[in-house]
Amino acid sequence: MVEQSDAGLSRRGLMAVGVASAAVASAPSATAAPAQDAPILATVTLEVNDRKQTLHLDTRTTLLDALREHLKLTGTKKGCDHGQCGACTVIVEGRRINACLTLAVMHEGDTITTIEGLGTPERLHPLQAAFVRHDGYQCGYCTPGQICSAKAMLDEIKAGVPSHVTADLSDKPKLTEAELRERMSGNICRCGAYSNIVEAIAEVAGGLVKGEPA
Amino acid sequence: MRAFTYERARTPAEAAAAAASEPGARFIAGGTNLLDLMKLEIETPRRLIDLGGLKLDEIKATRDGGLRIGALARNTDLAADKRVRKDYPVLSRALLAGASGQLRNKATTAGNLLQRTRCPYFYDTNMPCNKRSPGAGCSAIGGFTRSHAVLGTSEACIATHPSDMAVAMRLLDAGVETVRPDGATRTIPIAEFHRLPAETPHIETALAPGELITAVTLPKPVGGKQAYHKVRDRASYAFALVSVATIIHEDGSGRVALGGVAHKPWRVEEAEAAMPRGAKATTEALLSGARTTAQNAFKLTLAERALGAAMAQPRG
Repeated sequence: MVEQSDAGLSRRGLMAVGVASAAVASAPSATAAPAQDAPILATVTLEVNDRKQTLHLDTRTTLLDALREHLKLTGTKKGCDHGQCGACTVIVEGRRINACLTLAVMHEGDTITTIEGLGTPERLHPLQAAFVRHDGYQCGYCTPGQICSAKAMLDEIKAGVPSHVTADLSDKPKLTEAELRERMSGNICRCGAYSNIVEAIAEVAGGLVKGEPA
Repeated sequence: MRAFTYERARTPAEAAAAAASEPGARFIAGGTNLLDLMKLEIETPRRLIDLGGLKLDEIKATRDGGLRIGALARNTDLAADKRVRKDYPVLSRALLAGASGQLRNKATTAGNLLQRTRCPYFYDTNMPCNKRSPGAGCSAIGGFTRSHAVLGTSEACIATHPSDMAVAMRLLDAGVETVRPDGATRTIPIAEFHRLPAETPHIETALAPGELITAVTLPKPVGGKQAYHKVRDRASYAFALVSVATIIHEDGSGRVALGGVAHKPWRVEEAEAAMPRGAKATTEALLSGARTTAQNAFKLTLAERALGAAMAQPRG
């Protein structure tokens, strides 16, 4: 078990803030934080990219902030911070979720894979390589979320999870362009690289089945 | 976000008792709606009770041939369940029409029922809202109302219920099983679960303080051709302007419920008698008493046409 020194530092910092806000709250002031908002700390152990990490966190810390601010895994991006853009998509217990809409303390013992756990610059994940090959991005900000989402999305198709565009609920879903587009709709690309993203994912999935038009 | 204490509940009854003991306590399961609202300080719980460890995620057959869906069953799992796909396809379709893959992986059955309106004035903390602050007034009335309710509205609130799943649950006559803080259990018929806004739009369901949903039950399958037609501004990942859940039998009889038009899933059983006579006759009865604005009157036409589209599908 690894205890991050960063986390220890941030814990002390948080406690100091807590004491300070408690001290000033008794004096009337428009700017003082109310005493009841002093941070409340909790300990959580996560298994991030095959490494156990124990963190002491303000209970308010989202999984996204725990990854970025405490574990310095900044590959996972903060876009809207409200579950609308998908930039923060990570894989938790094998499933893609929005890391911004879940609290770190809710994930005791959970296995978490971020983009750093999928591949490295020297050893790209096939999806990473395909995104490069197909130019599946422009600014790249949504890319880690797109790739984590795509990885888990292809597993969902393999597991037979239907989607809104699956024509027959009793059938296994087919790997069509319409399926990929529908299933990736929780990942917004402001640069509009969608058609190349579809090509990159399709290549890794082994090619598309000609489907009904979307 | 306001600070809160965090704990993991060990039993449903214990969770209910804990929630009732403190006005600022809230349950958290998937968290996809609650945390969004906590970040905006629209929700400000002082104590969060995490239900994640309660093992309420099973989906199993009931003795009377129906299905008992654990409160914590994820939207993805419920939509993909083989029995749901075969016997209650309108429920799979409604679930798959909502949110994104990521959100469905986290959102739970009970949480979906309890999600709050996406009225933009409810979300804008600079504007008065009777849901956020009872008695403050409604900014939507007289504001931009294209997305708002046209049925069952009040002078206090014209918000809609955003759920797709709940519309299918209403169509299927689901029951909401709960445990109360004193340990007593009950089943609330889905028709009585969501409330119209009336004078108290901040009270959205029939749940008592601390009362916890443990499961949603479905009666035995009723067959028929089942469909969920959702009309929205984008092809995916958007809330309904109007949605129509239908069960249509070979003789043209059936059931219909609407989403996106009211503070709860909208179903009028008496109107269903008109279904064999077509969409126009049915919607005349179903939409009776509608109160529209120039911006949202289109929802009535849209509902009729979406129902017409569902009725035009082959019934075999």
